[in-house]
Amino acid sequence: MRLSSKQSTLLVLAALMIISPFFFPSNYYYRVGSLVFVNAIAVVGIVILTGYAGQISLGHAGFVGIGGYACALLPVHLGVPPALAVVLGAVLSGAVAYGVGRPILRLKGYYLAVASLGFGVLVAMVLANEGWLTGGPDGIKVPDPGLRALLESLGITLTNPQFWYAFCGLVLFVGAWLALNLHDSPTGRALRALHGSEVAARTAGVDVAKAKLNAFVISAVYASVAGSLLALQNRLITPDVAGFMHSIELVTMAVLGGAGSVLGGIFGAALLTLLPQVLTVLQDYEHVVLGLVMMLVMIFLPAGLIPSARRLLRGRGE
Amino acid sequence: MSDLLQFLASGVTVGAVYALVALGFTIIYNASDVVNFAQGEFVMLGGMISVAGVAAGLPLPLAALIAIAVTSAIGVALNTFAIEPARGAPVVSLIIITIGASIFIRGVTQIVLGKGTHRLPSFSGDEPLHVFGATVLPQSLWVTAGAVAIFVALWLFFTRTLTGRAVLATSNNRLAAQLVGINTRFVMTLSFALSAAIGALAGVLITPILPTSFEVGISLALKGFAAAMLGGMGSPKGALTGGLLLGLMEALTAGYISSHYKDAVAFFVILAVLFAFPRGLYGSNPTERV
Repeated sequence: MRLSSKQSTLLVLAALMIISPFFFPSNYYYRVGSLVFVNAIAVVGIVILTGYAGQISLGHAGFVGIGGYACALLPVHLGVPPALAVVLGAVLSGAVAYGVGRPILRLKGYYLAVASLGFGVLVAMVLANEGWLTGGPDGIKVPDPGLRALLESLGITLTNPQFWYAFCGLVLFVGAWLALNLHDSPTGRALRALHGSEVAARTAGVDVAKAKLNAFVISAVYASVAGSLLALQNRLITPDVAGFMHSIELVTMAVLGGAGSVLGGIFGAALLTLLPQVLTVLQDYEHVVLGLVMMLVMIFLPAGLIPSARRLLRGRGE
Repeated sequence: MSDLLQFLASGVTVGAVYALVALGFTIIYNASDVVNFAQGEFVMLGGMISVAGVAAGLPLPLAALIAIAVTSAIGVALNTFAIEPARGAPVVSLIIITIGASIFIRGVTQIVLGKGTHRLPSFSGDEPLHVFGATVLPQSLWVTAGAVAIFVALWLFFTRTLTGRAVLATSNNRLAAQLVGINTRFVMTLSFALSAAIGALAGVLITPILPTSFEVGISLALKGFAAAMLGGMGSPKGALTGGLLLGLMEALTAGYISSHYKDAVAFFVILAVLFAFPRGLYGSNPTERV
């Protein structure tokens, strides 16, 4: 039986998620693994926005911030259970993306980049400056969602990092599955059409403005969920997660791995999350190496790592 | 009243620096369609290398010249090794290449010149001047005068010299410029050198007021990028207007509303302007080719 590209992607993803823990010598590795998953969730959203629809956002960390702070603030101020706060945060991010997206998605290329950047900067700034609500630059505590306790009562005992590794992995898997389904759906085809040429897509009957807005809202929800999961597992959230550098990191992860492919985005997230952990050995040379990697990959493998590798393999097979 | 004058004076000083950074963005964008996010690092290098030169015992003008020359060379290297090989890549890739370059430059600076924060001595003393109740540092006048001089010189260069016109021709239509015998490769190299030199000079001028360290580039790049966008990417007039407007808005917000939100208001106004003028204040509005 030949597997479709979608099935093989999901299979590879599941296999990696399940097999990796057998090689984990300590809980620390589960922790890093779950960070990879959290970043990958946000990056899958960027893959939809940038890879499918060809739109640039340099402000998506703003939505990560909204999702994260929703988990910190809603349970305390409105008495919402933290797990529900994840959903409410996602709804809020989607609504904000809808409101912001309508005007800014009319812009193209670098103009869209600066407008989205402005949005991200504004969110980060509000989070840092409204100390009475958000705890200011030092961040704010996030309540325990109690999910691990729930599992324990069912007889499944996991350490905290193990639990978050499994939970974030599951969310990522579902997110990747949805994104892959979207790819071949009418909405996904419309997005890919307008990526190629907006005029051509419009001629073929695609409502370009609506399709772009769809992609923007969907990717904002991914970013928001990632932010919520980060906040819940760290039990703390700081305004940095909404900052410009985090937005750049997310876009870089997507593009480095291959923005056109979900697996590429996830691989990019893994690479850029693990790289700093490895590079701490290099200490002062960390930035130099990171900058070099970004430049070299983009110059020599402009399609990103995974699509380039796939092309190489296919070329050999023929 | 004297408050207002004070805010205006500091707004113009900062705005002049933003205008110079925005001008650097504009020159490179015109020559190559690339928005160079490493532009802020040129400003940082200008400041940091002059500081190192002065610390090594060189007189300030010599140190500044060396800083400008070295930064120009780095600008040319950036074009040769990172931008030229990636010609034709999508916008996202180019953004990541230049951000990668800026992280790289920051990393190297941190290793070679250290992590400290430094300040250059003022060019003509620290005795403030009193103008209608507002105090103005002499260095502010240097910054403003320097920016004016650079804009005038560039205007003359682009309108009165053959090389300058070749640059303009290339930015209008690269292929047509090539067909009439313009060496567009040289134009790109020149643009990167020029843009880096302007950035470095801005760095030298501002470092007596704003202390520099290896990290200052990124926020300058963001402000300069925003200023260039506000004016309309590709227009030197837009860079000047955008830079000054941004500087004034920041100063007035910091003075009258809250210094915490001065950066926020800048970006807020930029969003508002882009809603009304999707290609910036002076941006052209080309029809899309199918």
